[in-house]
Amino acid sequence: MRIAVASGKGGTGKTTVAVNLAVSAVRVGLRTAYVDCDVEEPNGHIYLKPEKGLSLPVAVEVPEIDESLCTVCGECGKICEFKAIAVLGDRVMVFPELCHGCGGCFLVCPVDAMKRSSRLVGRVETGVSKIATCGGDRAAPDGDGEISVVQGILRVKEAMPLPVIREVKKHIPGGDIVIIDCPPGNSCPMVESVRGADRVILVTEPTPFGLNDLEIALETVREMGIPVDIIMNRCDPGAGLPEGAFGDVGSEVIARIPESREIAEINSRGGLASLEFPELAGTMDRILEKILRSAREARR
Amino acid sequence: MKIAISSTGGKPESPMDARFGRAGYFQIFDTDTEEYEAIDNTTGRDAMQGAGVQAGELIAGTGVSILITGHCGPNAYRVLSGAGVKVMLCSSGTVENAVEKFMKGDLKEAAGPDVNGHWG
Repeated sequence: MRIAVASGKGGTGKTTVAVNLAVSAVRVGLRTAYVDCDVEEPNGHIYLKPEKGLSLPVAVEVPEIDESLCTVCGECGKICEFKAIAVLGDRVMVFPELCHGCGGCFLVCPVDAMKRSSRLVGRVETGVSKIATCGGDRAAPDGDGEISVVQGILRVKEAMPLPVIREVKKHIPGGDIVIIDCPPGNSCPMVESVRGADRVILVTEPTPFGLNDLEIALETVREMGIPVDIIMNRCDPGAGLPEGAFGDVGSEVIARIPESREIAEINSRGGLASLEFPELAGTMDRILEKILRSAREARR
Repeated sequence: MKIAISSTGGKPESPMDARFGRAGYFQIFDTDTEEYEAIDNTTGRDAMQGAGVQAGELIAGTGVSILITGHCGPNAYRVLSGAGVKVMLCSSGTVENAVEKFMKGDLKEAAGPDVNGHWG
């Protein structure tokens, strides 16, 4: 089962929810993977501290013009939707940093003057995070306590995260539960990360900003036809927004995580809050149970 | 000689557009006939990306030898210099004023891109 953790607004606690949910899953004995699709700033590894496995380059195929063959017919420029090719009177110029790698120019060139070259856009890294399951309130039945970790890293100066996100998704390992940590926002990188998930968790906070962005995220995910659960993070009891502020989304709020100095302190030193703070472990366990139950019901 | 000027409108008295790739129009002034011709740049203005490349290609295709605009980024500059178009910087006044200033020798040539590339 694939669970995508997304938010709309940045900084609401996607990674906190994703890594601690992975901990809950591995502690009940599920074969668990944590996949960081926030390739611009992947930071789940700070909490999970995986032992490093593979590190694979991600490249996009870009054209390179062989001027000795080019007849400047202009076909490549016509097919390029992204203006990565300029056709001047006597030559063709290629701008690889504008190329989205569709490959159209290779196909239309009648004299094979477009050569396939590549540009490194990032890396995919794999690893294994060992989670102590003994000493906790319950032990994993299988006793392995390992979370498979996959993350993508976009090369600095690159503007297009999608090729890296797609490559990350190709490396998702098999298992019982895959938790996908998505990039913030509601545009292509978020959509590509969420695509293919069985359920989406939207993490928000009870602020006008959190609510505003939640609504946009909800619309996006509903458009994709994926069931949604909402987690409200940093809910300060007695403060925040009035009851009913969530309108018709209230029924989808499956958990509220309280505002907590303890969680913030554990997070700020890169600790896994649910291993150190039993209240959060309990909340994460309940979230996992609810999601697994909903998924079972959806299958029926 | 033909001169291209980035412009916000389609008339010689229209204000110049300081942007190159996303200018509303280009006006082509022919020094022999002293006539203006306006070219619509809607496709470049609304381009998702590569507006500078697109506009550079458009200008190169008109056969001008001079472009007067406010700013020119790296991709646009590469196309323009590849096509042998000189870039003269001027960012305010009308299209006619810009041509006048150029004729009097008051405009400076851009030795390279004068702004960084950007997305959008």
